[in-house]
Amino acid sequence: MKFITIDKKDWAKGIENSRETYRLFGPVKDKNGFLIKSLEDDILPDMDYHDSVMSAKSVLFPQTEKMLKTTLDESQEDHHIMKRVETDTSLRAVVGIRPYDAKAIEIVNLNFDTEDYRDPYWCDAYKATTFIGLGINKPGPFDFSTSTGSGPFSEEGLDVLLADLDDKYLAKVLTDKGDTFMATCRFEKVADEKESLALFDILRKEAENNIVSKIDTDKLKEKTILDLHEAPFWDDIAFSCINCGTCTFVCPTCWCFDIQDETKRQSSFRIRNWDTCMSPMFTIHATGHNPRDTKTQRVRQRFMHKLKYFLDKYDQGIMCVGCGRCVKSCPVNIDIREVCNMMNSYEKQE
Amino acid sequence: MENPYLPYPVRIDDIEIATEDKSLKTFKFVFLNKGDEEKFSYQAGQFAELSIPGIGEIPIGIASSPVEKGFVKFTVFRTGVVTSYLHNMKVGDIMGIRGPLGNWYPWDKLENKNVVIIGGGFAFTTLRSSIIYMLDPANRSKFKNIDVVYGARSPGMLLYREELFEWEKRDDINMHITVDGTDDPDWKYHTGFVPQIVEQNAPKADEDTYAIICGPPIMIKFTQPSLTQLGYKEHQIIMSLENRMKCGIGMCGRCNIGKELVCKDGPVFTLEQINQTPKEY
Repeated sequence: MKFITIDKKDWAKGIENSRETYRLFGPVKDKNGFLIKSLEDDILPDMDYHDSVMSAKSVLFPQTEKMLKTTLDESQEDHHIMKRVETDTSLRAVVGIRPYDAKAIEIVNLNFDTEDYRDPYWCDAYKATTFIGLGINKPGPFDFSTSTGSGPFSEEGLDVLLADLDDKYLAKVLTDKGDTFMATCRFEKVADEKESLALFDILRKEAENNIVSKIDTDKLKEKTILDLHEAPFWDDIAFSCINCGTCTFVCPTCWCFDIQDETKRQSSFRIRNWDTCMSPMFTIHATGHNPRDTKTQRVRQRFMHKLKYFLDKYDQGIMCVGCGRCVKSCPVNIDIREVCNMMNSYEKQE
Repeated sequence: MENPYLPYPVRIDDIEIATEDKSLKTFKFVFLNKGDEEKFSYQAGQFAELSIPGIGEIPIGIASSPVEKGFVKFTVFRTGVVTSYLHNMKVGDIMGIRGPLGNWYPWDKLENKNVVIIGGGFAFTTLRSSIIYMLDPANRSKFKNIDVVYGARSPGMLLYREELFEWEKRDDINMHITVDGTDDPDWKYHTGFVPQIVEQNAPKADEDTYAIICGPPIMIKFTQPSLTQLGYKEHQIIMSLENRMKCGIGMCGRCNIGKELVCKDGPVFTLEQINQTPKEY
């Protein structure tokens, strides 16, 4: 395992060096708080951020994305024949991504890169992206990532993991992609492996000890979908929900999308947009029939998808990384941690 | 990498009004590029996204049969934005087809079995595909008895009428055509709802008999007890579901019933499978 020390005074120069090869994304503060955005020239990732309002999901899966295009002008030979829009598949790097958000990318990847079909827009972006993570020394009160198979120094989905040591970063290089990025930055000061491992271990334990928020997921697997679906608590959970969709919007693992055609003059585009299972429009049939007509059905769908359907389908844990964004952002204080614990401890009354 | 969102360009080759109220039309498409027809190789029971640039896409069951070559056919009910637009399109217009999508009726499992096909209203499209497939000289010997119960509101609302009456004359398929009601004194087939006709005419179940049902939810709901009474077990009842879809390839997330995605894991399920999932369809 290769470790590299980066003096913070060399940081800006190194990041500038990386721009020769990479388009950069990272945490930037605006009036809404921290967001993961494209870092235009001279803008450095704000590495002192705590939690970002949105995850890095949009770097690979933009909120709005053109997929196909055509012309409706019948004087053109290829009118009404759809073609893929040209997408920028040049190398990009997300600098300062939180470990739980990197795990979330791996979860979403299970949906878009399957044995049967590969979503080319996601797969091309995924292939082009290098993830430079930043360990979380002091996890916030909403962070329950240690109960979801992630954690403040989790390495899953990352190419490099950085630890902030006040005057310097210690970088753990996890993949070849990460190694290439570090070389492009010309961060070359190799640190002692044994010492670095020990240091990471201390930081990780300290950070994990700071996490007080936990969920139990151990019994979810053994319950049946139908038992959980028919459990008596869903009306109570959904009671205060206003179906605003904020939870799905801020979630780093929510991947659902809508496809719409948009036409301007004779140019037509097929576009996908993030969608939300909280909206009745999500499932309504053309006949007017709606299989998830009530808000209880929709709230149940969201939690069942994350905590049961996904678990059963992939056998790779739950579809939640414990970032706490939905808990923090929900206007009516619906808390996935409570719902998860209710589901986990539910015993069907015979 | 193949782009699963990219439709094959097709030309509308023929449009036929399918029902007397003109709410259904059958569209015949030919592929613009020679190789695409082969890539679109499908099985009876699958569906495709009909893709109209600038308007959108709709998932529709494939009504033509794998044994019919040179074209694909879809019978479409006019109901939403895309289907209404499609109903106003003309022969010669260019659009797209994306697919084939989803699974199909379990043809391997149905070999050497009796097959009972039950359809209602305009949900007869993939059943037509199936009947044509089974009656093909190369395939007929693979199946034992074939019974078909098909009902519509009135004689003029039956799809594929000419074919139905042709099949009625054959001795290798037992047709039980019915209408809810008619004032035609010469109507020589059944009158009554599908569940009742099933109960009176469908063969009793043995281990070698399977039923395929496709129809509006209300018909399915009332046909199930009739089949149970005839001895059909949950695994012998095969159904095709519909849900709102966008991607058709299991990614956009809306058509799920429990952990199953109707577009990719379905649309064909046995009643046994459906009974293991929340009934969100």
